[in-house]
Parts: sequence; C-alpha cells; structure tokens
Amino acid sequence: MSQSALTRSPAEVAGVARRAGPSAGERLARAAEQSWRPVALLLVCFVVWWVISAAELVESYLVPSPGATLDVLTGKTSYLWQHSWVTTYETLLGFVIAVAVGVLAAVVMVYSSTVERTLYPILLFAQVVPKIAIAPLFVVWLGFGIAPKILIAVLIAFFPVVISMVTGLKAVDPEMLQLSATMGAKSWQTFLKIRFPASLPHLFSGLKVAVTLAVTGAVVGEFVGANEGLGYVILQANGNLDTPMLFAGLLVMSLIGVVLFVAVEIAERLLLPWHASRRDAPATTSY
Amino acid sequence: MTMPKQDAKPRDPLGAGGRRAVTPAVGVSDVSVRFRGKNRDVTALSEVSLDVAPGEFVALVGPSGCGKSTLLKLVAGLLKPSSGEVRLGGERVAGPRHDIGYVFQRAALLEWRSARRNILLQAEIRKMPAARARARADELIRMTGLSGFEDAYPHELSGGMQQRVALCRALLHEPPVLLMDEPFGALDALTREQMNMELNRIWRETGTTVLLVTHSISEAVYLADRVVVMSPRPGTITEIIEVGLDAEREYGETVGRPEFRDAAAHIRDLLGAASAHD
Repeated sequence: MSQSALTRSPAEVAGVARRAGPSAGERLARAAEQSWRPVALLLVCFVVWWVISAAELVESYLVPSPGATLDVLTGKTSYLWQHSWVTTYETLLGFVIAVAVGVLAAVVMVYSSTVERTLYPILLFAQVVPKIAIAPLFVVWLGFGIAPKILIAVLIAFFPVVISMVTGLKAVDPEMLQLSATMGAKSWQTFLKIRFPASLPHLFSGLKVAVTLAVTGAVVGEFVGANEGLGYVILQANGNLDTPMLFAGLLVMSLIGVVLFVAVEIAERLLLPWHASRRDAPATTSY
Repeated sequence: MTMPKQDAKPRDPLGAGGRRAVTPAVGVSDVSVRFRGKNRDVTALSEVSLDVAPGEFVALVGPSGCGKSTLLKLVAGLLKPSSGEVRLGGERVAGPRHDIGYVFQRAALLEWRSARRNILLQAEIRKMPAARARARADELIRMTGLSGFEDAYPHELSGGMQQRVALCRALLHEPPVLLMDEPFGALDALTREQMNMELNRIWRETGTTVLLVTHSISEAVYLADRVVVMSPRPGTITEIIEVGLDAEREYGETVGRPEFRDAAAHIRDLLGAASAHD
C-alpha cells in the first residue's frame, strides 16, 4: 500500500490496519526479489553478445563488441548527451501536446455524440495512415527544425490517449451519475468530482503506451530530416559504418523510453494511490 | 438529532390510497411505465397507486421484474411515468428531485475518497455550509457505527461498512424521504440483520419517510409499517399489508412474534413459493 502525500490519514485506523511503509532495507529486498529475473535475462543477452564478438563469429564492423560500445558511451558522453536531450525534449513536448489535445478531444466526444460521430472516423483515419510515410511531407512543410518531429510524436501518441480517456469517461458507474442527479449536481460538478477522477486509471494506461510511442515518433522525425537528435546520430553512424556508435545510440534511446515509462508509472502511483494500492495488493493470498 | 416530521397540513381527504388526512410524503397515482423495446413495448408498471404518510416506513416486495426499482426511480424523478402522476411532499415530480436520499444495492462509493469524504460529497455538491456538514457527518458516522473507519478508503471496508457509508451520504442533507433499492441485498445474512436493526433505529431517530425495495420478506416485515406486495409483468400492487408492530423492534423478539409470523406467511403465500426466495 503506498503511503503518499495524498493519503491524508493516520497510519492506523481502528479496524483497518494500515501497514507502515516498508523500511529502506525491505524495499530494496523486494525490488531485488522482483527484478532479478529480467536483470538476469539482460545479463544473459549481454554475455551472448560478448561471446559472439569475442569469438569473432560475426565481423566486428557488423556487431561491435560490448567493450567498443562502452568506449563510445564513456568517450563521447557529451556528444550523446547533447543529442539525447534534443530527442527527449521533442518526445516530451510531443507527449504533453498529445495528452492535452487527446484529453480535450475525448471529453468533447463523450459529451457530444454529434462531435463523436464527426470526429471518430477522422481520428481513425489519422491513426491508420502510416506516420512514417507522411513524415517527409511534414519536413517539406515545416522545415528541418523540431516542429515536424514534435508533430509526428503528437500524431503517434495521440490515439492511445483519446481511446483510453473516452473509455474511462464512459466507464463511470451509471448509479453514481443518478446519485449525483439526486444531489442536484451541475454537469461540471459531476465531471470534476466524479467522471474525471474515475477516468484517470484508464487514462494512465493509455499514457504509458503513448509515452513510449512518442519516443518512436520523435526518432522517426529525425530520420527523415534533422541535424541533431538520436535519430540523426544513428543515421550518421550507419552511413559511416560506425556500429559502436550506432549501438550506443540505440541503447540510449531505449533508456529514454524506459525512463519516461517509469516516470508515468510513478506519477500514477502518486496521483492515484487508491488505484495503485488496490491493483498491487491482493487482500488475500491464494495458492 | 430529531428530524422534524413534515408539516402536516390538513388537506382534502385523500383518495382511496390515503390513510391520513395529511399531505402524503409520497403520492403515486395511477402511474404506468412502458419501456420501448426492440420488438415490443414492455409495461414495467401498470396503474399503480400508493400514498406514503410522512414518517412512514413502506417496504416494496415482489419477484424480479415487478417494477419495484422503477417505482423508486419515479419517486426520485430519475424516470418519467408514461401516464399518471407522482408527487413528493405535495409537489408534482418533474425531473430529478433533490429532497431525497437514495441508496443503491451497490454502495456506489468514489474509491479515491475516504469514507468521510464520500459522505461529504453530498454536502460539496449541494454547497452546504462546511461546518454544519462536518458536524452532521460526524453525527451520522457515530450513529451508523462507522467511528474509527472515517478515514478508510472504500476498498479497505467490508460490504456492510461500505453500505453504511452510502447510508450516511444519503442522510447527510436530512432528506424528508429516503429511497432504498435493495440496500442490503449483497450482504451476508448476519450483517444484514445487524443493518436492519440499525436502520430501524435510524428511522425512529430521524423520523424520515422510508421507501425500501427488498427481496427479503423478513426484512420487509421487520422494518416496515406497511409492506406493498407487487406482481410482475405488468407490475401491479397485489396487496398492501399492515404489519402492526411497534415502531421500536428488538430483532430476536420481533421475529418470534405472531404478528410477524402471520404477516411473513401471508406475504410468502402472495408471492408464491416459486418466487419467494427468502
């Protein structure tokens, strides 16, 4: 059970035994217990990679050794850092815009079926058009700056946000709405106090998908035309057959995606402690 | 903690359904409800008339699909009758009414709010003065035995406790009429008896008019002044039974009394063995 700032309650409520937060040691032990398998799998992959390159099963210009990749990561840190920042910036901006526009569109669609019927086919069309195919067009229209990258990130991250928010807003308990009608609630009151908070768990599952897609969007934008960003780094490295740099770029890019995903998950835990605690802590243990 | 009973304005003698010469808290006259189905129209209620006096406790029993819940929704103004008229406190019901408390079978609590803040939702939406609302909430929390659970979240509470929270929320604004739609249907038998006793006490202490839909014959007889037995398709009132027990009822003792057993047996007969799952 998460004890966050939003849980404004004493540690103990009569009859409801709230566990005190786990100590640092316990938390570490639990984290280790939960994550040793994926970490072990990663290590195995790493070892396989190392064996392949050390035994020279594949030419080193095709698959660089882990050592060479690490050399790039440590030796060209500032170069990688500078380009990673550009990609992160584009991703975050694209993600934030996608969330803002997506949530707004979802609210309007849920409250007006006319708008929903009008907008939905267009949304679907925008979703099925391969973003990679229209990326060059955006570069033609918007130039080589960050604008086309952000636009692609927005387009690619927008759909999961809208869908999850619409689902969340529609999933409200109808009895709860009847109840608020008997309380004489104005529709904005029902929205603020009931519908919106009730939709947040759905929204967050959409946000987790959206944030990883936004990274893809930004990199795709950089592939098409850019002089900075990790997409640019990878294309350059590819052109020069600089596979250590290519691998380093890929690793950093994946890391950005993972960090952003975890950030959304932490935000979910902080903002919706009631949801996270319910999902994570089964009341009883089954065999 | 005494709720003033509704002003008993003398009025013209009521129709056949009226028992006392006062404005009924709830007046249902010749009400029919038809739902438009895909292939055929379904008549949920057919020419139902019922008057409930202020402070009276009326239970509605009947097999599933006899329109008991529909009747409650009509009184609350959540549903429009196809014909006939519903009155609440002498006023014709047209649209959702705010002078009622509603309790559903499921507690319908907001899971991101603690028990107390779920109760106070009622006050927030109605913009009641904060101090008064808090005082009233504390009083209800004590009265329903929720003390010590005020800060617990719904998922930390048992079904019975959740339903107590829903009851407190429904009573917070001191509504003259309380509508309950199978409020204890999802509870285990023991908790249910306990809740019945508490509801009886709360009803006596607040003087609220209560309309209770239930599947349980003993619950209906134990709690109500009058039990309305309904029949399905189309929903009509079969008979209205006066229970004739004192308002203050000790559970074990009441259940053993001949009035209780007679009324319960009579209702069971009316419902028929097949549909009386008590």
